[in-house]
Amino acid sequence: MTAKGNFFATRTGMIIVGAVVGILAPVLQKLGNPGNMGICVACFDRDIAGGVGLHRAAVVQYIRPEIIGFVLGAMVAAFIFKEFRPRAGSAPVVRFFLGVFAMIGALVFLGCPWRTLFRLAGGDGNAIFGLLGLVAGIYLGTLFFKAGYNLGRTQVTYSSVGWLLPLTMLGFLILMFIFPQIPDQGQSGILFYSVKGPGSQHAPLFISLALGLVVGFICQRSRFCTMGAFRDLILFRQIHLFSGIVALLVAAFITNLILGQFKPGFENQPVAHTMELWNFGGMLVAGLAFALAGGCPGRQIFLAGEGDGDAAVFVLGMIVGAGFAHNFQLASTPQGVGTYGIAATIIGLIVCLGIGFTMRQQA
Amino acid sequence: MSETVDARGLSCPQPVLLALEAMKKLTKGELIVLVDTDTSKENVLRAAASQGWQEAGVDEQQGAYQIRLRKG
Repeated sequence: MTAKGNFFATRTGMIIVGAVVGILAPVLQKLGNPGNMGICVACFDRDIAGGVGLHRAAVVQYIRPEIIGFVLGAMVAAFIFKEFRPRAGSAPVVRFFLGVFAMIGALVFLGCPWRTLFRLAGGDGNAIFGLLGLVAGIYLGTLFFKAGYNLGRTQVTYSSVGWLLPLTMLGFLILMFIFPQIPDQGQSGILFYSVKGPGSQHAPLFISLALGLVVGFICQRSRFCTMGAFRDLILFRQIHLFSGIVALLVAAFITNLILGQFKPGFENQPVAHTMELWNFGGMLVAGLAFALAGGCPGRQIFLAGEGDGDAAVFVLGMIVGAGFAHNFQLASTPQGVGTYGIAATIIGLIVCLGIGFTMRQQA
Repeated sequence: MSETVDARGLSCPQPVLLALEAMKKLTKGELIVLVDTDTSKENVLRAAASQGWQEAGVDEQQGAYQIRLRKG
């Protein structure tokens, strides 16, 4: 009723989108993506950072076609439905740093909000602490919103501004064709390709790209956002977005059961560690950063696809943040948090709180 | 005379927060909300419906939406 002409923005549409994403991710895992990582926006941005050599962690280097598909699929949807609106100028440097620390927090936990749900749906109990941290971080964010936190208005801008990130992604895809993966070789031309570890596990390129395009398209139409789901529930008692993530979780759980990918427990979960406090802490920082920036990493990508230059800056912040996370040993491994991961989580929390406290506009 | 909330250029959840604040203050009557993305338009209409405000028309001008809401 309130979403005339846009079926995906209705409650039913949102539930269908959540369910489709919930089915596609475990399928991508079956086709080769890492465990409980059929889709993980943070991990995939991190793999892209590795693929182009911004960090040299040999196990997580691969330009993930899913991310390219997300951006381009969202862009196609925005053009078809006349929603491509190039805009920018709402504190971009702040959004960059929020992206950096969101990524660092996510890599201390080992997953974005999407992967938190996929880890839960795959039986990974450690994700419970990540989810609690995420909700706590978003809750903190809502307190700042109530207190007047605001990064200011965007401005309508040149059409070419909105094209920059999609063209960058298209450029990455072209590079994958010019310098394709060579079996058992860690480098092909200027690109890096993991030969072992999560970066070496991936579905076939064209399937990843095609499913990424589908997800990008339907998520742009539905405004699917995992952070917004909790934020709107806390702030407005509204379950619209939340119904999408519940559908995602249920669909992923059922799909995992069917595909034999549901393995309940805490120990030896794929690409996960068992340090409860830092699973919580990492996602606390990430959740707060996502809330302050106005969207989960997936949503930021879809916004970038529809011309939001500030969201594009957040995405670039995440990719650069991944470089720092691995170069500075902040990212966790299955053995536990990185050497400086705890320090980075605390610094990230201080930075995000500082942003929340100092960037307020009185009405 | 109807009150106007200008939420153009603001990102989520600001347009809804500002609109809800105005609805709370007015309690009834007419309210105009200006937004510049389809997402914000949908969000404001959804929030308005949840508070019992009726949509009295949406006009698009120069890339922005003027949402007219009415209650009582």
